[in-house]
Amino acid sequence: MQIVDLAQSNVRTLNQRLHDLPRDTNERAWRILNPRGAHAVAVGLNLAVEIHVEGHVGYYCAGMNKEATVVIHGQCGWGVGENIMSGLVRVTGNASQAAGASGHGGMVVIEGDAGPRCGISMKGVDIVVGGSIGNFSAFMAQAGNLVVCGDAGDALGDSLYEADLYVQGKVASLGADCVEKKMTPKDAKTVAALLAKAGIKADVARFRHYGSARKLYHFHVDHADAY
Amino acid sequence: MCGIVGLFLKNPALQSQLGRHISAMLIGMTDRGPDSAGVAVYHRPVEDGSSKFTLFHDDESYHWRAMAGRLSDEMGVESDVEVRAAHAVLTAKAPEKAVADWLLAHCPDVRVMGYGHLMEVYKEKGLPKDVVRRHGIEAMEGTHAIGHTRMATESIVTTEHSHPFTAASDMCLVHNGSLSNHNRLREWLKRRGQRFETDNDSEVAARYFAYRMSEGATLEEAMLAGLKDLDGFFTFTMGTRDGFAVLRDGIACKPAVLAETDDWVAMASEYRSLADLPGVENARVWEPAPAVVYTWRLEH
Repeated sequence: MQIVDLAQSNVRTLNQRLHDLPRDTNERAWRILNPRGAHAVAVGLNLAVEIHVEGHVGYYCAGMNKEATVVIHGQCGWGVGENIMSGLVRVTGNASQAAGASGHGGMVVIEGDAGPRCGISMKGVDIVVGGSIGNFSAFMAQAGNLVVCGDAGDALGDSLYEADLYVQGKVASLGADCVEKKMTPKDAKTVAALLAKAGIKADVARFRHYGSARKLYHFHVDHADAY
Repeated sequence: MCGIVGLFLKNPALQSQLGRHISAMLIGMTDRGPDSAGVAVYHRPVEDGSSKFTLFHDDESYHWRAMAGRLSDEMGVESDVEVRAAHAVLTAKAPEKAVADWLLAHCPDVRVMGYGHLMEVYKEKGLPKDVVRRHGIEAMEGTHAIGHTRMATESIVTTEHSHPFTAASDMCLVHNGSLSNHNRLREWLKRRGQRFETDNDSEVAARYFAYRMSEGATLEEAMLAGLKDLDGFFTFTMGTRDGFAVLRDGIACKPAVLAETDDWVAMASEYRSLADLPGVENARVWEPAPAVVYTWRLEH
């Protein structure tokens, strides 16, 4: 177990050590102490290490993650797991805005609530939120799954291209071109598998499915006056 | 970019540490605002019938005692003055309006940073740590305080353009963001009797809320009206005599984090500023929702 105390070291040194690890490293288990809200903790990882951050972090924690597992034992600021490619990023508390923004793959789990713009422009990532999500979530989402055990704020899925949004609680309002869709057995299976993988218990039967109406894909002459 | 912080103590046993905590919070936001910094501290209430003014003069050797002496002689009231760097806290046994009018008529080069029964406002150009040290903020006691670190975008860097902005007794505002309709709103407020000291957009917001409350709106009503009338980006924290309030615009692209324990409530632009508060590791920490007014008040 590698232990890095950010009260004694700094984020740049930590991240450089993580980036310098060879692919066949034996240093696969890490604990980061005293993050105290620092930004960009454990960003840009590209091999299968497991990192436990003990405390609250600032912006962009575990951004651009590839293969690694990063667990934040606390709350986190903006853009946790942004642009994640693969691997797992887990937050045991609440996350601020733009959790999992533009993620291409892998999984982001927020055990508490996520703020506005959760999954904005997601491109294939799976995001599971144990609590609720804020306004403008999944804005312009392109692919992937967003599973929300609590409620969703206003304008869910605004200008959605694709991606499947599953919400157990109330949706304050749907954004432009986002509609409720049928919850098929295949959808239920997907949600059950994602909840199981995320380690979050919820009743799959209570989830509703939202997705793109696909009406914004092309210019529509009837809307010409609106441009 | 700017940083804002606020701390409201629910447990009276912590009041002796207010200055120390708000100083650490302010210094924690140095990266977001290295131009200038300011803090409003609520403490040392003056007795009924008296008023307290925090004043500023460009010249640090300005003769504050002579000014207070003149005020006492000409108004026929007792007064006292305490100097902190280029600021002075003037207390006078006279109503606020009378003192304000006298200052305006006789000391046009003296700036009023804040006034009321409790509130003192210290703000200046420079790094937060220097502003804190020069004004002895760390040693201050009190019930609540708000602060601001500034990275100017809309107007020049001077002490007058720094936050907090005061627009009413014991009321002040700090702002992270920028308003796009502040010129028109300033003219609108001027026509309704508000007097402006700078061209800063945040001063417009402060005077807007003060105007709404002077017209009978509650704090919550004034802030909700601001959601309609203020066009732009904002996270606001407003200090009032008995508490503070937080409001973000409907898009909420300026950051804010709230934390609460049984002993205190704190607000900051980023968690870094909360990291040293006692018991923060077990605090409830969350992001305030867009377009929702959050308020905390002292229980009397």
